[in-house]
Amino acid sequence: MIESLFPNVDWGKMWEATLETLYMTAMSTFFTFVIGIVLGIVLFLTAPRQLWANKIVNWLTGAFVNIFRSIPFIILIILLIPFTKFLIGTIRGPNAALPALIIGAAPFYARMVLIALKEIDKGVIEAARSMGATTWTIIRKVLLPESKPALISGITVTAIALVGYTAMAGIIGAGGLGTLAFLDGFQRSREDVTLMATILILVIVFAIQFIGDFITVRSDKR
Amino acid sequence: MIELKQVTKTYDTGKGALTAVDGVDLSIATGEIFGIIGYSGAGKSTLIRLLNGLEKPTTGTVQINDQVITAIKGAELRKARQKVSMIFQHFNLLWSRTVKENIAFPLEIAGVPKNKRDARVMELVELVGLAGRENAYPSQLSGGQKQRVGIARALANDPEVLLCDEATSALDPETTDAILDLLVDINKRLGLTIVLITHEMHVIRKICHRVAVMEGGKVVELGDVLSVFQAPKAEITKRFVAQVTETEDSNETIKHLRELYPTGDLVKLLFVGDQTEQPILTKLIRTNPVEVNIVQGNISHTQRGAYGTLILQLKGTREEIANAIAFLNNENIQTEVMAND
Repeated sequence: MIESLFPNVDWGKMWEATLETLYMTAMSTFFTFVIGIVLGIVLFLTAPRQLWANKIVNWLTGAFVNIFRSIPFIILIILLIPFTKFLIGTIRGPNAALPALIIGAAPFYARMVLIALKEIDKGVIEAARSMGATTWTIIRKVLLPESKPALISGITVTAIALVGYTAMAGIIGAGGLGTLAFLDGFQRSREDVTLMATILILVIVFAIQFIGDFITVRSDKR
Repeated sequence: MIELKQVTKTYDTGKGALTAVDGVDLSIATGEIFGIIGYSGAGKSTLIRLLNGLEKPTTGTVQINDQVITAIKGAELRKARQKVSMIFQHFNLLWSRTVKENIAFPLEIAGVPKNKRDARVMELVELVGLAGRENAYPSQLSGGQKQRVGIARALANDPEVLLCDEATSALDPETTDAILDLLVDINKRLGLTIVLITHEMHVIRKICHRVAVMEGGKVVELGDVLSVFQAPKAEITKRFVAQVTETEDSNETIKHLRELYPTGDLVKLLFVGDQTEQPILTKLIRTNPVEVNIVQGNISHTQRGAYGTLILQLKGTREEIANAIAFLNNENIQTEVMAND
């Protein structure tokens, strides 16, 4: 039945491409999460009247975030080709897509982290200081736990954007469902391959959204 | 134990310097409940934050016991803060933690091992009357309960000083009284020094031993709560005292009373401390042939004793009335003739 609807689909290749997309999404989401949180915290704490108030660091971090958030992803991939080649040794395959994915998404997520941290009641931070907490303790035990729901819903949105980015990276040979849809589907006019790749991408997106929403709701005790 | 010397704090606001605290000298004794009252902007929030180093004074020194708070920083200051804890108007609890975990937070900061932490937390839950609610999240608690968590959290590391930043201003009157009772109880049981700031004279009257009145960054009046209530000097203090004394002796009121009691003399009596507990009126009537009619009266209780006013209508001959007043003065009661025939 399914075979007759999708006559041109090579299921082995499709499965392999799905795994590649999942791999790229998972790896880039993980590094985006870590780098985004670090950048977000630096942006938050170096702002005026904050614990690490520092105009220069704040300005530099802000500029970095704003510039890389503004470059269209497809252009960012091309711009980063020499950097990718230096770092990974090749510009083809799922690993070669990672630097561009992370550098494209981390600044985007850093902004969301900043917004989440700004939502925290200043009084709670003051209370922690009044108890003799170090800044490191405040980050670990106040800033991150108190903004957890927003951090999780933010990374959910970012992970979904990253699924889209992996497909775009696929056009220039990163592998995954994007490459499959473009090379096997579009260029060889096999619409059923493109359609199947689309369905699988949608399944991945809905799964991410479902898991993200579930954790967000469970972590919100307000 | 707490010593402030010529403390001044100015802020750079861009539009010029703003002096929040202006040359304040204060000395607060161990075990005292010391109140600082002022309207918003009087500098009291800044002043209380100078005591735990959350704010640094521009000039002057703050000393708590042997430690000069204004001279230390880093790890030493953080260590000192464990002994000078604070509660807040909006409680400032971590909503992501349960009651138990919130109370454990300062213990985690102090590096208390897990097994000792749990025992101490349960002790504190008991002390502030939250037994049975220890696994609730702050969002499931009422305002009064949240402040109880705040108090338990502040007591976790056995502090020597408790700073209260408008701790009851967000609570309804009944809850306010319950929280104030808890503070007095803690003060007595643990011998803790309490410094509180408020804009409600009611709070000062109910629990403080001494009070400082602040206006424009300066302490404009300082003294025993009872004597400040009895004889406020500064204009602003009189306004605060009027918040809690119902008997107003404005000309309007006297005129009104005169209309209601057109004959005899209207005399205001002022009782302080022990006098409020003595049967002065009985004695007065037994020894003097005047007719006595109680017009108005009230008694307020402070931590340092009660004080009250009573307005009497005295009827009799000139001489009888004069004798009655002399008798009262003999009993050490201040009198004031508000109106006579």
